[in-house]
Parts: sequence; C-alpha cells; structure tokens
Amino acid sequence: MATTYQVDKLVDAKGQSCPMPVVMLAKAFKDLTPGQILAISATDPGSKPDVRAWADKTGNTLLEMVEEQGVFTFYLQKA
Amino acid sequence: MAIDTGATTSTHDHITLTLDMERLVQERVDELVQERLKSLVTESVATAMKKDPAKNKVAIIASKGTLDMAYPPLILASAAAAMGEDVEIFFTFYGLNIVKKGGAKHLKVAPIANPAMPVPMPNIVGMLPGMTPMATWMMKSQYFAKHNVASLEDLLQECVDLGVKLIACQMTMDVFGMKADDLIDGVEVGGAATFINFANEAHTTLFI
Repeated sequence: MATTYQVDKLVDAKGQSCPMPVVMLAKAFKDLTPGQILAISATDPGSKPDVRAWADKTGNTLLEMVEEQGVFTFYLQKA
Repeated sequence: MAIDTGATTSTHDHITLTLDMERLVQERVDELVQERLKSLVTESVATAMKKDPAKNKVAIIASKGTLDMAYPPLILASAAAAMGEDVEIFFTFYGLNIVKKGGAKHLKVAPIANPAMPVPMPNIVGMLPGMTPMATWMMKSQYFAKHNVASLEDLLQECVDLGVKLIACQMTMDVFGMKADDLIDGVEVGGAATFINFANEAHTTLFI
C-alpha cells in the first residue's frame, strides 16, 4: 500500500513510450535538490524495469512503485 | 621439541628452538601478508572499477538510413544520456540521413525484401511505385502513433538537449556531396579516428 510522500515535483509521462518516461524523469530530476522527492506516472509497462534501472545507474533511490489501473507511479528521492 | 628447562639443555637445543620459532613466525607472517594483500588488491580493484570512466560511456555507430533503423541509435542514446552517461553517435553512410536537415522526417520503411513487416507484403507488391511511402505511412500512423512513439525529430532534439555528441562522418559526407551546412545544428564532423578514440574508452559500443 502506498505510503504518503511529500512530493516536490510531479511528472506525467502517461501515454509516452520508451525512452520518453526515463528522459522526462532525468530532465525533471535535474532541478531537484538532494532529499527531494519526485513522482512520475507512466503507462508504458517497460517503464517498470526502466525506472528501476535508471535509479540503479544514477544512484538515486526508488522509494516505491504503485500500480493502479494500468498507471505506474514511481516515487524517487534525489541522492 | 625440548623446552629450555635449565642446566641440562644444550646450546644445540637453543639454536634449534630459535630456528623453529623463526620458521613458525615466518610462516604466520607470510599467511597474514597474503591474506591482507588479497583484500587490499580486491579493495583497490573495486575502487578503480567504480571510478572507471568507461562504465559511463556509450559509443554508437548509426549506419542505416531507414526509419526502423534510425530509431535504435536515437532511443539508446537518449536513454543512456538520461542515465547520466557520456554518449556519442557517429553517423556514417546512410545514417547521415538522420542528421541531414529535414532528413529524419523523411526516412522511410522499405517494404521490399522485408519479411518482418507487421502486415506482410509480397516483394512483387512491395516493388510497385508508391509502396515505400505507403508502408512508411502505415508504420507511422497505424503503429507508432497508436503507441505514442516519439518522432525521430523529437528524439534527436532530446539527444541534443541531454548532451549527446553527434558526429557526422567526413568521408561519407564527401562521398554523398554533403556539406556541414546540410546537417542539423549541433552536429560535429569527424573521422574514424575520432570515433575510435572515444570508443576505446567506452565499455558500451554499438554498431547499428
């Protein structure tokens, strides 16, 4: 079940195909300061492994992924 | 081994005991040094690997000029750049069409000799005039649009925004009579050595 996060930035990547969710995520993440949280929602099922891989590579933390009616919402915290 | 118990012990025994202890100490020291060395080497190799700049470099060659073959280099390059990597794409031969001004927009799908088309088209039909534009239109409107796939122009722009270095091959530009002005903004011109120099330091090198 989703924890409530203090979200500093919301990104809507619903309907976007690979690689756009990750590209949008990376661009939006640039403006965050360490500790801030970003939520990105996507409908591309490939974003599930991709966002995880992005977080793994960039060293940022994927706090949680919530799946609701075909929409994946990822909560990420800037390292 | 006799232990020194006083007057009865000979000098010979003393020497043997000392030598024996020396040997034991030496053996133990060797063991410890070996263990320590092993962990020191493992640690420094791990640190070096972490710092290895080649881990964060991606070198791609884009050599094809059809719609379907223009996507992979741009998708992989923008994804890698989004992951914080240094990316370089070397456009050569037909791949130059991707970075030609207005080129990306006009790339086409070839229906002929392409048994993997979503709607299979016999070669004898594919060879008819107008079939290439039709196959291209079908791919763009019926497949890509439905899945909201970014256009090649948009992906190119993302690559530029994310700092992907775009290099056009000098030799093939000359062959095709292309000038630097014919290329979209932000494309540099270079040769094989330029690419190799970068690729030598990149763990990920792709030829597409």
